[in-house]
Amino acid sequence: MSGFQHSTYTPKSGIGRWFDQRMPLPRLVYDSFVAYPVPRNLNYAYTFGGILSMMLAIQILTGIVLAMHYAANSGLAFDSVEHIMRDVNFGWLLRYIHANGASFFFIAVYVHIFRGLYYGSYKAPRELLWILGCIIYLLMMATAFMGYVLPWGQMSFWGATVITGFFSAIPLVGNWIQQLLIGGFAVGDPTLNRFFSLHYLLPFMIAGVVVLHVWALHVAGQTNPTGVDVKTKGDTVPFSPHATMKDGFAMVVFLFFFAYVVFYIPDYLGHADNYVQANPLKTPSEIVPEWYFLPFYAMLRAITFNIGPINSKLGGVLVMFGSIVLLFLVPWLDTSKVRSAVYRPWYKLFFWIFLADVVMLGWLGSKPPQGVYPTLALIGAIFYYAFFLIIMPVLGLIETPRKLPSSITEAVLQKKAGGSLAPAGATAAPETRS
Amino acid sequence: MKKVLKGLAALGVAAALAVPAMAQENAAEPMHFPIKEPPQLHWSFSGPFGTFDKEQLQRGLKVYKEVCSACHSLNRVAFRNLEALGYSEAQVKAFASQYQIQDGPNDDGKMFERPGKPSDYFPAPFPNAEAAAAANGGAAPPDLSLIAKARAVERGFPQFIFDIFTQYTTAGPDYVHALLTGFHQTPPKGVTIPSGTYYNPYFISAASTHMPPPLSDGQVKYDDGSPQTVNQYATDVAAFLMWAADPHMEVRKEIGFRVMIFLLIFGVLVYLTKRKVWHEVAHSH
Repeated sequence: MSGFQHSTYTPKSGIGRWFDQRMPLPRLVYDSFVAYPVPRNLNYAYTFGGILSMMLAIQILTGIVLAMHYAANSGLAFDSVEHIMRDVNFGWLLRYIHANGASFFFIAVYVHIFRGLYYGSYKAPRELLWILGCIIYLLMMATAFMGYVLPWGQMSFWGATVITGFFSAIPLVGNWIQQLLIGGFAVGDPTLNRFFSLHYLLPFMIAGVVVLHVWALHVAGQTNPTGVDVKTKGDTVPFSPHATMKDGFAMVVFLFFFAYVVFYIPDYLGHADNYVQANPLKTPSEIVPEWYFLPFYAMLRAITFNIGPINSKLGGVLVMFGSIVLLFLVPWLDTSKVRSAVYRPWYKLFFWIFLADVVMLGWLGSKPPQGVYPTLALIGAIFYYAFFLIIMPVLGLIETPRKLPSSITEAVLQKKAGGSLAPAGATAAPETRS
Repeated sequence: MKKVLKGLAALGVAAALAVPAMAQENAAEPMHFPIKEPPQLHWSFSGPFGTFDKEQLQRGLKVYKEVCSACHSLNRVAFRNLEALGYSEAQVKAFASQYQIQDGPNDDGKMFERPGKPSDYFPAPFPNAEAAAAANGGAAPPDLSLIAKARAVERGFPQFIFDIFTQYTTAGPDYVHALLTGFHQTPPKGVTIPSGTYYNPYFISAASTHMPPPLSDGQVKYDDGSPQTVNQYATDVAAFLMWAADPHMEVRKEIGFRVMIFLLIFGVLVYLTKRKVWHEVAHSH
């Protein structure tokens, strides 16, 4: 599929024609979100792009209102957040949506990323699409980290101290970078001010990269669970109403889980220590980042030994940042000609082990670095790297993939025929047509 | 489905790897605080339809006022907020006027004292944290406005997963109640208690706390016939502090229920529409 071969938009009204000759915005919207052809066999794993757009909108809208009541000053920040929670009309709702929205944003992005890894969505001609996605993920991490500092609780302050401390491990320029980041020699008022400024800026940068991400998607077209390219018009359905309704349903289901957390267990994903105002003189017994950073935190702490000239601190930082750099290289690390894990039995197996490995790393990240935990984290980190650097390139060369269907339609019909539970009336429906 | 099962199997392997790790943790760490986990109480505000028991909150306020407030501030609660406890405007006015609030400067540039108004906040017992620490053996008693949210004993695996479904949000009041009823116990062998501190197995950051046992039976007089015991005082004041930390809890759950019902019905409608839209596609070629 090559995106906009030809536009099928024909303006019906006079105003429509007037706009179309001057600035064809309605045509762009029509071609991108109405007539745009999507593979007919997309499953619900493919609905998370829409869900992520919705979450970005929710975060920006609630964030803008919260910023009207928030004071980015180390003496006032904690009080202003409590003012929002107690005295601003529905302030508690806005803040709980925003704080838990970050977590749900990450839940959605992790499903989205793992879906891409499973179905080989990063392979040619979608390498740029994948890299733009990785950039969005990086920006999300920066935004979430800085947002977590804003309430100026104990975890905010000490989390900021620990994470900005990573940069001091870089040789020669490390201390300079760290001081630039926090605006001084220790986390304080200048840190809070610049983090607030950047926390407000980055979501709009994310929105910008999302536009590029969607553009790249609409040029290359979506992948699908078979990984087979779209060949005929019958392989696709128009975006509206098919994808809009399916994405819409997925959004409502996602919002259901989101609302459950926001209204019934709003502090579940947070840390109790962040309801204690930041105190630079009192270190919490354990400093734990938000759950979505835990796998990386575990890899950081897995390096407890020096490797030649690299001390353990720098080693940990390199391993942590490297784990994200690897994502950018995935399109070239995977050597297989077959996209989808459905037809790659060995890759499929390793994919699930990799997922379990990341979950295990997440659990280890929440544990104190004592006893057997750092060793387990090291094993987890080694597997994480091996998955990308050894398993992905080697499997593509030695694995015998299963036979691919000749087209998407064939795959869909095969599945229908195989499923004995399909009602007889449905397969014999008279309105069957191509 | 097969994919999902395989994924779960892989997770199972990871969990199996994890078990020996947990066993070793105890060996590596001789003392983990709190020494005892707080007992899990049933609160009127537990669960999706839980509401505050106003009489209990009023008793809790009495305990705070007559006992806790000698050392602990409640900076974020205003007298006007007490209407949520079932008091009338006039009662709140009368309650506030019992307090002397520092105001000013007046036209002469002097600070002055006046009776409290509903818009005032509970005055703190000490002028600043340093004074509070100096008067309390070096440890400033924490402000109690948020204490019910700011203290939670780690739940551990698998309990933290069950907590999602049981909606366990009362770790704070469970902790407060456990701490207040946890004094007068014999410390285990090998635990030394520094002088000026009091052993309490429920204290979250050490084996003992600077806070002397604050409550004793019969100390606060209840007018509603509730038992005047340490356990009852602790329960009531913990409930009151939960309200102080999360005053909008009831309306949050009320709105939440409506949102969930709406999303459920809307979701069914969207699903049926989606099914109709896709009906013809499923078997065309």
